[in-house]
This record gives sequence, structure tokens and C-alpha cells, in this order.
Amino acid sequence: MSTPILSVRGLNAGYGDFQALFGIDLDLPEGGLLGLVGANGAGKSTLFKAILGLLPRGRDMVTFRGQPIGHLRTEAMLRLGIALVPEGRRLFRSLSVEENLKLAAESGRRGEWTVTRVFDLFPALREKRHAASTALSGGQQQMVAIGRALVSNPSVILFDEISLGLAPIIVNDVYAAMPAILGSGISAIVVEQDVERIRRMADRLVCLNEGRVVLSGPTGDFTKAQITHAYFGE
Amino acid sequence: MAYVDAITQGILLGGLYALFAAGLSLIFGVMRLVNIAHGDFIVLGAYIALVTVQTTGLHPFLSLIVVVPLMAGLGYAIQRWLLNRTLGPNLLPPILVTFGLAVVIENSLLMLFSTDNRRLAVGAIETASLSLGPISVGWLPVSTFLVAVALIAGLELLFYRTAMGRAFRATSDDSEIARAMGVNTRHVHSIAMAISFSVIAIAGVLLAARSNFDPFSGPARLIFGFEAVIIGGLGSLWGTLAGGIVLGVAQALGAQISPQMQFLAGHLVFFLILAVRPRGLFPRMD
Repeated sequence: MSTPILSVRGLNAGYGDFQALFGIDLDLPEGGLLGLVGANGAGKSTLFKAILGLLPRGRDMVTFRGQPIGHLRTEAMLRLGIALVPEGRRLFRSLSVEENLKLAAESGRRGEWTVTRVFDLFPALREKRHAASTALSGGQQQMVAIGRALVSNPSVILFDEISLGLAPIIVNDVYAAMPAILGSGISAIVVEQDVERIRRMADRLVCLNEGRVVLSGPTGDFTKAQITHAYFGE
Repeated sequence: MAYVDAITQGILLGGLYALFAAGLSLIFGVMRLVNIAHGDFIVLGAYIALVTVQTTGLHPFLSLIVVVPLMAGLGYAIQRWLLNRTLGPNLLPPILVTFGLAVVIENSLLMLFSTDNRRLAVGAIETASLSLGPISVGWLPVSTFLVAVALIAGLELLFYRTAMGRAFRATSDDSEIARAMGVNTRHVHSIAMAISFSVIAIAGVLLAARSNFDPFSGPARLIFGFEAVIIGGLGSLWGTLAGGIVLGVAQALGAQISPQMQFLAGHLVFFLILAVRPRGLFPRMD
């Protein structure tokens, strides 16, 4: 495998005295999609927080294009090219749809993804551009959250619980945008509870259990039963 | 007619209270920080203006050229290197630190300037008045009111029409995600405090032009500003103007009944509004 765009090596992280992650290793190939699975509390969101610097981590525990980035502050990550689609969307409630997108566009990098292109990808948002983000349906909020990551023109997007709380038909709509996103050269780590769906999409798979990697490798190497066993720690 | 006059004077006094409140509201809106030293910083601004006028001979209003940037820089520095370290889920540490700052400011001013009352002489505008039919209003209170309206309009534009305003609101909504979206929240907090201190500087000069002040005048200004913020509704800048006007009118009408009633009437109206509308008249945040 060529140099991964994002690597995590021996990552330990936690909240105060509580250690949530123990020696995590993972590699995200350039242009690839890595599926991250695990039960609630396995440490998936904590891993994203640690990658982004929202939790303390060692300088060399996270590398981007081969360079250590563990010493950088969270606000530097977007300009570096790492964006987050957070669990529960977490849109800025006092900002309109368009303002949510503009904020990330202003802080991020220049490139092919603009507010207009996000509206082309998610036409439902165009007519709601001046609406408060809180006035949108769950699916539309997820579209804004994805659009907010895209307009920063990232190299990597961390999707946390992309389908959580959404109706299946809406999840299909959201995933329908994935080829366009990956086709623009973006690499992604996707946290998804639907193991079957992530098996179909991801090039590589990592399963966490109680803060430890219990399964890691190319998706094709694992059967559904193996993933399920790892998922539940059986 | 006396009551019409009192209401008019109260409305104009509300402009000064809105200036006391605007900086307080801005800071609470952006970072949920209650600046207990707010009133003392207003008085500090008045003293800096006094020293500027005495040393340069500038007109008190022109001293704002010096006082505003100086206070803005002080606000940025205090936030960046002191208060940012205290921000977190617990609201108590910044309150305690600003309480400590209030004590330091009051005692430093006492040491430097004694307890003597001071005032900025602003010339003919102090006594100039404008006739509005049967009542007359002073140009200085009218000017103060207009400055308050202009400042609040400017802050509204900044908050709702600029990239910096988006960063302010995003930081207020969700500081963690704002950071993940590339917003340097420590810098944003510091800029917000610098803007708050600029408003404080203007309020301090206008306070000093309208009334006597001494090193211990700050806490009363904090209470008036705080009451105007609560009456107007948390997070609402125009609400602070409404809150200031309600407070000013209540005090003016109270004084009409009895001079001893002036401040008590303001506090009573504050408690009444707190009881009936706990979130204030025009709340914008929880």
C-alpha cells in the first residue's frame, strides 16, 4: 500500500482519568473509504475527537501525508484538509443553512466544492438556504452537515454515525451523494452501524471493541460473521 | 406634564444604560461569561479619558481616539491570556476571576486617584438643551441615546451580516464544533472582548461627561447594565436598548414620586419583569 493519507499509530486517548482508547492503529489509503464499526461506547467518536485534537494525543500518534500532526490544534485541521461530519449533525442553530456552509467555506481551503455545488448535490437545500438549520428535517440537516464538510475542500472527511436517527429511505438519499464525494478525490472514514452497507462500500474495515482494534484489514478479507463476532466482542 | 418629562428623561437615560449593557450582553452571548468587573472597567475607561484629557489637552470626546484602542487592546489581552484559561463547562471560574479583577481595579484606582469625585468637563453641550414643545431635553443625553442606538445597530450588523459575526454565533452555539470547522475560538473570544471593551470605553467617557465618578462607581454601573440585559432578554442587542429604556423610565418615574424611590423603582421593575418573563422581553438565547 502506498503512503496512507491519514495514519493513526498507538493512539491512547480518554476523558480525564478515564482511558477510552488503547493503542489504536489504522491507515486510511489515499482516495479510499475506511469503514469504522463497533458497538456503542466502543470508542469510534472518541477516535475522531482524538484525530482532530479535541482530546489530547501525542505528536506522532496521528500523521497526515506522512507528517506528524498530533501537536496541531483542532482549528488547524480543517485548513490542513481534515473535515468532520459529527454525530447528531450538530449544526449551528443560530445560523441559517447558507451561513453554516459559508462559515466552513471561509475557514477551509479553496477548491472545487463551493456553496453552489453543495446545493447542486443536495437540491433540497437550495430552497431552504435562508431557513434556520433547526427548521430542517433530520435528512436535510445531515445534508447540511455533509455540505459543511465539503465546502472546506478537504482531503479527508470523518463521517460519524452518518445514518443515525434517519429513516432508511433518507439514508439511501444521503449515501447516494457518496460517489460524487469520493469521485472528487476525497478519502473518508465512515462510522456506520449498518455492517452490511459498510461492507459493500468500504475498501478497508476497522472494528473497535472497548477502545481496542479487534479487526482490521481489507473488507474482502472478512465474512459478515467475523465482523459480527468482532462487533459484539464474542 | 411632569410625568411626560420624566418619561422622556428616562428614555434618554436608558441610552446610557444600554451602553453599560451592550458590552455585557455581547460577552455573555458569545462565551457565556458574566464579567463581574464590567462596571469597574467602565470606570477605568473614564479615568483613562481623564488622564488623556489632562495630559494632552484633547477634548473629552476626542480622547476616545486614545481610550477606545487602549481599552480594546486591554480587553483582547485580558481575554487571550487570562480569561480564556478559565472558560469551560463550569461557569464559576471566570466569574471568580472577574470578581478578583474588580477588586484589583477599584483598589488600584483608589491608590492612584484617591476617593475624590471626578468629572469630565465637556463644555457647552453639558448645559445645552433642545425644546420639544412644553419639555426640554439636554443635548448630552440626546447624544448619548443616539450613540447607543448607532452602536447597537453597528453591533447587530457585525453579528448578522459579517463573517466575524458568523464566527461569534457559531462559537456561542457549539464551541467544539466551531473549532472543528476551523474557527480559532480563543481568538474569536478575544475579539469579542476587545469589541466589548470598545463599547465600555465609550460608555465610560459618556458616564464621566454626565456624572461624577470615583474608584467605587463601578458596581452600580454593573447592576444597571446587568438589569438592562436581563430585562431586554439574554443575547438580544436591541433588547438591551429596550431593557435600558425600561430601567431608565422606571427610575425617572420613581424619582418623580420621591427622590429616594429612583433606584428602588428600577430594581422593582427588574424583579417584576423577571417574575413575569424570566427570559426577558426579547430573548434570543436560552
